[in-house]
Amino acid sequence: MDAMGIINLYNSKESLAELTLHRPLAAVPFAGRYRLIDFPLSNMVNSGISSVGIMVHNKYRSLMDHLRSGKEWDLARKRDGLAILPPAYANHPEGKQLGDIENFHSNLDYISHSRNKYVVIAGASMVYNIDLTAVIKFHETNKADITAVYSSKEQLQDGAVRTLLRVDSSNRIIDMQVKSGTCPDNHLSMDLYIMERKLLVDLIENCAARGDYDFVKHCLIKNIGNLKMFGFKHQGYLAHISSTQSYFKHTMELLKPEIWEELFFTPNLIYTKVKDEPPAKYKAEAIVVNSLVANGCYIEGRVENSILFRGVRVEKGAYIKDCIIMQKGLIASGTTLQNVICDKDVQIQSGRSLKGEPSYPIIIKKGMVI
Amino acid sequence: MRKKECVAMLLAGGQGSRLGLLTKDLAKPAVPFGGKYRIIDFALSNCHNSGIDTVGVLTQYKPLALNSYIGIGSAWDLDRNDGGVYVLPPYVREQGGEWYKGTADAIYQNINFIDSFDPEYVLVLSGDHIYKMDYSLMLDYHIEKNADATIAVIAVLWEEASRFGIMNTDEDKHIIEFAEKPKNPKSNLASMGIYIFNWAALREYLEADGSDAASSHDFGKDIIPKMLNEGRKMLAYPFSGYWKDVGTIDSFWEANMDLLTDPPQFDIYDASWRIYSVNPVRPPHYLSTSAKVRSSIVSEGCQIFGEVEHCVVFPGVYIGTGAKVTNSVIMPEATIEAGVIIDKAIVGGKAVIKQGSTICNKAGKSQEIAVVAEEMVVSPGTEAQLCGEEK
Repeated sequence: MDAMGIINLYNSKESLAELTLHRPLAAVPFAGRYRLIDFPLSNMVNSGISSVGIMVHNKYRSLMDHLRSGKEWDLARKRDGLAILPPAYANHPEGKQLGDIENFHSNLDYISHSRNKYVVIAGASMVYNIDLTAVIKFHETNKADITAVYSSKEQLQDGAVRTLLRVDSSNRIIDMQVKSGTCPDNHLSMDLYIMERKLLVDLIENCAARGDYDFVKHCLIKNIGNLKMFGFKHQGYLAHISSTQSYFKHTMELLKPEIWEELFFTPNLIYTKVKDEPPAKYKAEAIVVNSLVANGCYIEGRVENSILFRGVRVEKGAYIKDCIIMQKGLIASGTTLQNVICDKDVQIQSGRSLKGEPSYPIIIKKGMVI
Repeated sequence: MRKKECVAMLLAGGQGSRLGLLTKDLAKPAVPFGGKYRIIDFALSNCHNSGIDTVGVLTQYKPLALNSYIGIGSAWDLDRNDGGVYVLPPYVREQGGEWYKGTADAIYQNINFIDSFDPEYVLVLSGDHIYKMDYSLMLDYHIEKNADATIAVIAVLWEEASRFGIMNTDEDKHIIEFAEKPKNPKSNLASMGIYIFNWAALREYLEADGSDAASSHDFGKDIIPKMLNEGRKMLAYPFSGYWKDVGTIDSFWEANMDLLTDPPQFDIYDASWRIYSVNPVRPPHYLSTSAKVRSSIVSEGCQIFGEVEHCVVFPGVYIGTGAKVTNSVIMPEATIEAGVIIDKAIVGGKAVIKQGSTICNKAGKSQEIAVVAEEMVVSPGTEAQLCGEEK
């Protein structure tokens, strides 16, 4: 596919409370062994994109540790491959930054020097598995200037700001709004846009020259009348991670085998950083039902409707129900947890009992010992 | 090429014919083991964990699966600018060229490879054993004792000693006699097939052995006895951990089951001695509301709806509702449909066991392990011949 990829992390409002305290949304662990960025990145790679720039904004140490050379996504290449694009405030420390256009603008050299015809721009708050070659084909068939991918799947109303759009019968976009409510058609933009690379450079230069700063509002919405913008409807699964509630809800959806299969296998596989953990071990006393368990887990207790990340240890007599336990969590014997999200390296010591609500799960910060 | 203190040579060309169907299409070191590994991972991980960064892998029998698995060695951190992993198959020369005629011949034919690193020592390993060992400690021992050759030994049960190459030593661990599969063993110290040689000394013996038409070109049968006869200083290095030669269906199955005992006889959960492997791209495995998994290890990408007890389950395995799988090894991407009963079996990769099949020991054959070959489809009625087909 003749396209470069840009993953724009500016728009990802760090809205997952404790989970985004020390990491960008893109680096939030998801589904037992992934981070949110694995999804847009794998989609691009699977569609034949071999050059991806990650436009980081802040708190990105953990993200760089996750991506490193890009080898796991086959992006450690001589030419092209993975590039970390620093934010505008790092390139031009004097100015106050208002929006993501400045990040595009300060990395315009990288975009201009690409040899690819198209550019695919994605965010990191959307979880989906898509074949982008179909979107390019749609784009070319419609002779579009810009194609936005959207979904009509019902999403949780959690008050998060979303980009909503309306299309006419020929799929042309007639309206686009950035707001927290609903709009008539309620088509949710998946923050996934395709256009010719030269058009992106023009849009960024024009916007930056006029003091505009917001990519969606100024580059896209202002140009709905001037440019041929089309909407491509994604029929598959979509999870918009916009709050701890939606994070919890969408994680639990993965316990449905049909969603598990679709998200991780259809049309392609999702890559992530390799950890070399041994297979999960179930001891004689283990009782585990309706759960996702990653490698390196060691289970002697009881686990129900839960997601266990790599290297979690559940001791004898512990009872976990409707929980998300991230990497290397230790749940000691005699503990009861329900509707709890434990960030990485959390230890719950013997005999503790914690209970959240499905709509308001308790979040335990990274590294806490309770 | 920078000079290396020690180069490892990993013998991985064996067919492993006693593994029957398991090595039909691939060399024994490439046989899947332990829920996500292949047998060769243990030796390669030991190399990495022992700080040995130059490894020649000698291949010969059906090398495709093994070669593509090793790749450039990145899984074991052996993709290095200087050193790293080298796959060394036999090759053609100006005057013919030959297959590797024995373990010593395989090294002999690669003298130029070893010379290019100008090493002091050469570590000879075999790619078909399951164990964790710090070779750097053995090398320290070899250097400290100023030996010409050091052979790792392990105490085996006296009644099994006649199956191994047995080392008779004096109290200072000097080897005084080596007996290959002796009828009446004088010691129970078995050679583990792990040798460290001073390269200069080994090189001489290999040259001599190479031009000896009567030799079988084997370390155990030719090189070691000859060095002993000529009074070279040879030491036994006692090793006391888990070590298993998975040369037969029985021992292969047993070694897998050894991962499941409590505490495990062989611990793969030790973060200080990690076993590396090529990781498949698979999501965490899913256990449904009807699943029952106990005393087992399960890898990523599996979907389990049935009952699994005392099993080793590789990535991407599907086990349907009402299926009951016990005491078995289920290799990658196998499909076990609803209602299937399996006991004491090894199910090969991508095999399909159709609904209603039963694979288990018939009365009177209780010790035999059923083996389902890779990509084999088993349906009700065709399964009877499997039970005990392979010995």
